[in-house]
Order: sequence, then structure tokens, then C-alpha cells
Amino acid sequence: MQDLQPPTTSAPSLHPAAATPDTTSLPRPGEDKSSNASTLWWKKRFRLGEFLIEKAITAISFLSFAFIALIFVFVFREALPIFFPAPAKKAVETEAVQQETYGDETTPADRKQEIDERAQSVENFEEGTAKAANLVSTTWQPVSSKPKYGLVPLVVGSLKVTTVAVLVSAPIAILAALFTAAFAPRWAKELLKPAIEILAGIPSVVIGFFALIAMATFMQDLFGFEYRLNAFIGGLALSLAVIPIIYTITEDSLSRVPTVMTEASLALGASKWQTATFVVLPAASPGIFAGILLGIGRAFGETMIVLMATGNASILSGNLFEPVRTMSATIGAEMGEVVFGDTHYTVLFFIGAVLFLFTFTLNAIAELFIRQRLMKRFEGR
Amino acid sequence: MRKLGRQFLGFSIPLLSGLCAFSIILIVLIVMGEVILGGWSTLTWEFLSTGPKAGMTEGGIYPAIIGTVLLVLMMSIAGVPIGTVTAIYLSEYASQRSILARLIRFAVNTLAGVPAIVFGLFGLGFFIQFVGTRMDGLLSGGADLRWGQPNILWASLTMALLTLPVVIVSVEEAIKAVPRELREASLALGATKWETIRKVVLPNSMTGILTGGILAVSRGAGEVAPILFTGAAYFLPHLPGSLSDQFMELGYHIYIMSTQSPDVEATRGIQYATTLVLLLLTFALNFSAIFLRYKIRTRKVR
Repeated sequence: MQDLQPPTTSAPSLHPAAATPDTTSLPRPGEDKSSNASTLWWKKRFRLGEFLIEKAITAISFLSFAFIALIFVFVFREALPIFFPAPAKKAVETEAVQQETYGDETTPADRKQEIDERAQSVENFEEGTAKAANLVSTTWQPVSSKPKYGLVPLVVGSLKVTTVAVLVSAPIAILAALFTAAFAPRWAKELLKPAIEILAGIPSVVIGFFALIAMATFMQDLFGFEYRLNAFIGGLALSLAVIPIIYTITEDSLSRVPTVMTEASLALGASKWQTATFVVLPAASPGIFAGILLGIGRAFGETMIVLMATGNASILSGNLFEPVRTMSATIGAEMGEVVFGDTHYTVLFFIGAVLFLFTFTLNAIAELFIRQRLMKRFEGR
Repeated sequence: MRKLGRQFLGFSIPLLSGLCAFSIILIVLIVMGEVILGGWSTLTWEFLSTGPKAGMTEGGIYPAIIGTVLLVLMMSIAGVPIGTVTAIYLSEYASQRSILARLIRFAVNTLAGVPAIVFGLFGLGFFIQFVGTRMDGLLSGGADLRWGQPNILWASLTMALLTLPVVIVSVEEAIKAVPRELREASLALGATKWETIRKVVLPNSMTGILTGGILAVSRGAGEVAPILFTGAAYFLPHLPGSLSDQFMELGYHIYIMSTQSPDVEATRGIQYATTLVLLLLTFALNFSAIFLRYKIRTRKVR
């Protein structure tokens, strides 16, 4: 997290005007020496090439922002039809049918066309309302004659898995970071750092595979779970992906605690572990909190691990040892089979939009904690 | 009594934290050990150089390897230049307090935090449904479904977006490691800002750009969620021949072989070996990135 670093060195002054005027007015080797002084002066003050390049570079770097905006717009655009279904009412349909049967001569051809269109939109709408009202219901059954799109089991599933993941990974990661920062001998640090880097580098699909094949069977044999794949296994597997995040950020904030604090504590007679537990750890707490938030965000949004290790049954229950289906896994599993533009498609995009907003908020809060609280505290402001 | 409690804590806190640290190392060893032991016997040259056979219950993963390589290559071609230019802007041109620079930094941080599956949705909604369908409309009047469907181009562009923050962060780090004196010397000799960047800063941060590219490739090779519905295919009898073809991919292959294969038990060896290949690939990439970064850091000290 180099973002944590306060801007130590100001950017070197690279502005052309900063170079001494004497040197800039001399002709450079490549230039035509016969050109008179006034053109040279003009060339030095305003270089079209430099100007264009700077603008081009600025424009290209602005793309990052444009991408975020596009992601925002497009994910939400596809999710919008849930909230704004076609404004037709069911009554229109019957009306339309009646009018056609009685063949009223006052109905002109264009009116008829309009009615047809409205009748069609009613069909779409029927599906739409059924699901819009259903979003808060407790059944997720998108593929059936009467599809149900209750998001509650998915949200609960995500929460269950995330809770397990964070409860398992946070203590391990924070304590391990404390160990590195306060107690570890050099060789242990040399061993732990690469281990964390390796863990962070393992692709999520590999963790998912490991959980699916090895971990789930092992845990079932050990604890005798009724279902081999369940929320607990999913959370446990997720914690492998979350540990590096919490560890890295915690370790970073711990190592940034000013030595003045630790030295003062040691000078007052506190022992090494007392200093670590009662001075260093509390001082770094905003950073640790930010790490946990980012860990929650990762666990909530992670797809492949939960897709493979949670059993993917959309059952609403509080039991941690039953299979669950999370929000992200639902998108991953079902998006490949939906018809573009229908309600199921829209609802899946809606879930994506919720995931996006949720992780976005968590990241923003974490950033705030690191930037504002942690840095302020350490800089003694 | 209090003294006893203190002694207990003084003993147990280092012990407990040490145990946690140790358990992380143990977890890494277990995961690696499991995959290596499970996949080693199936991993032969034939496995790497042939395609799946007999309804994907036998044979190798050659098309998946080629698909992955093509995917990350196209992703790098799209993502690394944009990431490098953004890093140049952030470290050389933008003043740290300008609104635009803060906006871009914020965007990069956000991009790094967006869940991978949301990138997949974006690829589907933007590249396939929006850009692709319009391209079809322009090129063939909508008669021919060529770009408005999942393919390797849209998958790699989606992946390029996902890996953009990785490139930006590591290139920026490398550019910052270029000593200020070099820049000032160049400017003092009369070079313009862009000349300085092009002839002094960029050549000196080449390793950093390479590191960024490698880290992005490693990340991209391991992510499956963004390509689930933007281009990866269950099985293809031929390699992708054009930008509008679908492709097989290692991570996706692991996913479908272990969850949707008709006979999961029979293909266990293939699953393990594919996982081992993916793991070795990402590790090789990560280690070379770590090595390069180490070289950059030691140079800075000198």
C-alpha cells in the first residue's frame, strides 16, 4: 500500500520555465543554427509537440476515470428495468381485446397499432412486476414456469459466508502481522513474507478447487457435516483469499507506528509484549479496521471460490452448515444461460450493481480511515 | 496474582501470534502440496501438447494453454500502454493536488476494488451488448452475429480493465525510483519535458513496466469470473483463429472440469494437473516480478 505514504518529495519541477533561461535560449545541437533569435524564442516558449503530448497523456490517463464511470453506467443501465417497468396496466389488455372484438369503427389503424404495442408491453411488464415485487421475497427460483426472484436467500448467503471468512481470517492475519512487527526473529520474517505473497498469488479458482476437492472432504470426515459443501467450507476457503489482504494492510500500519511511541513505552518499563499489545496495536487500529473492511469487500465480491465451495443451493436458513448460494455465485452460475434483456438478466445485473455499490462504499470508508485517521494520528496532528 | 496473569499474557501473546503466523505458512504448504502431489503424475508432455479427448475425460489441455496465452497477450497489448501512460501522467505531469490527478487516483483505487464478477457484467453489458451489437449492425446490418457475442477480444479487453490498476501501481513505483538528478541533468542540457521522459525516465523504468506487465499477466491468467460470460468456452475442437472466436482457458477449464464435468471422479487427474499448470504459471510469473522489483529497489539504494 504505497498509497499510505505521505507525499514526501514534491514532484521535481520539470516545467520548461524552471530551467534557466540562459541555457534554454542556446540552440540545441539538432536545431538549424541559422534560424533567428525570435523564432527560437517562440519555439522555447510554446512547443506544439510538447503541448499536444501533454494533452494526449492527460486524456489517456483520464480513461481510468472514464472506465469507472462506464462500469457504473452500464451495470446500472442493465439493472434499471426492474425499477422502471413499462408503465402499462393490466386493464389495458382487456380493454384492447374488447375493442378489437367489437371492431369499433372509430379506432383508426394507428390506434390499433398502439394498442398492440401496449399489449405487448403488458406481457413484458407482467413478468417485470412479478419479479420487482418478488425481489424482497424469500425464494430464488429463476428458472421455472413461475419464476421467483427473491434476493433474501442470496443476501443472507453472502452474509453468512462473508462472516465466516472474516471471523476466521481477521484474528489469524492480525496476530500474524503483530508477530511480524513485534516478536518475529529475522528468519521468521523472511519465511512469512514470501508465504503471504504466495498465498496472495494463488488464483481464486485454485483455492476454490482445493476447497471443493480436498478441504470439504477433510472437514466432513473430521466434523461429520451433513452436507459436504456448505457455507462454513465456503467461508473457510474464502478466508485463504482474505488473509493476505488483512495481513498486508495491518502489517503496513503496524510498521508505520512511529518509533517514538514504542521507545517511550519501553522506556517507561513496559515489556516487549506489553508495548506491542497496548501501544502499537491500538495506535494502528484505524489501519487494521481498514484492512478488515477491505477483507469484507473482497469476501463479498469473490466469485469463483464461493461458486465452487458453497454447494450453491439457495436455501434460506441460519444454519452455517447448510449449502448456500451467494450473490456473486448466482451471477457467475446463471448469467451464462439467461436470455439477454429478460427479467432474469436484469435481476442478475441488479445483483451486480448492489455488489459494486457495496464494495465501492467499503473501499471508500477504508480509504478514509487510512488517509484521515491513521495518518493524522501518526503525524501527531 | 496480577503478576501471574502478566506472565501468562507475556508468554501467550507472542506464542499465539507466532502460531497464527506459522499456520499461514502451513496453509500455503498444504495447498501447494495437495495440488502438486495430486497433479504431478498426470502432468506429462503429452498432457500439455494435446487437446481433450473422449468427451473431455482424457487427453490434455493444449487448447486451454494457448487460449490463456492469447488472452493475456491481448490483454497486455491493450492494458499495459494505457497503464504506463497513466502512471507517467500521475508521476510526471500531474501536480499532486490537482483535481484531475486526484480523480484519476480515486478511479484507479476504485477499479482495483471492484469485484471481478462485476467486470464480467460490464464486459457483457458494454462490450458485447453495446459495442458488439452496434458493430454487427454497422458491418453486416445485424444479419451476422459476429461481435455481439462472447469472444476473445471482449474477454481480453475486460481483463485489461481488471488488470489496469496493477500496471499503473507498479509502473508508477518504478518511475518514482528514477533518481531526480537524472531528470534535472537532462532538463539542464536543454531537453524538453517529453524528451526527458522518453529518453531518460522511460528507459530507466523499463524494468518497472515489465514488472507491471508480468504482474498483470499473472493476475489475468488466474481470474476466471470476468471471462465466464465474455468469451470462455467449455470445449472447442479448434484453436481461436480470429478475434471473434471463443477460446478455452486454464482457470475456466478447472472450474468446469471440477463442477460440471459428466464424470467428475474420472477426470480428477486432469483437474489436478490443470490446476498445477495454472499454479506453476502464476508462480513463475510472480517470482520473476518479485525478482525484477528487487532489482529496481536495490538500484535505487545505490
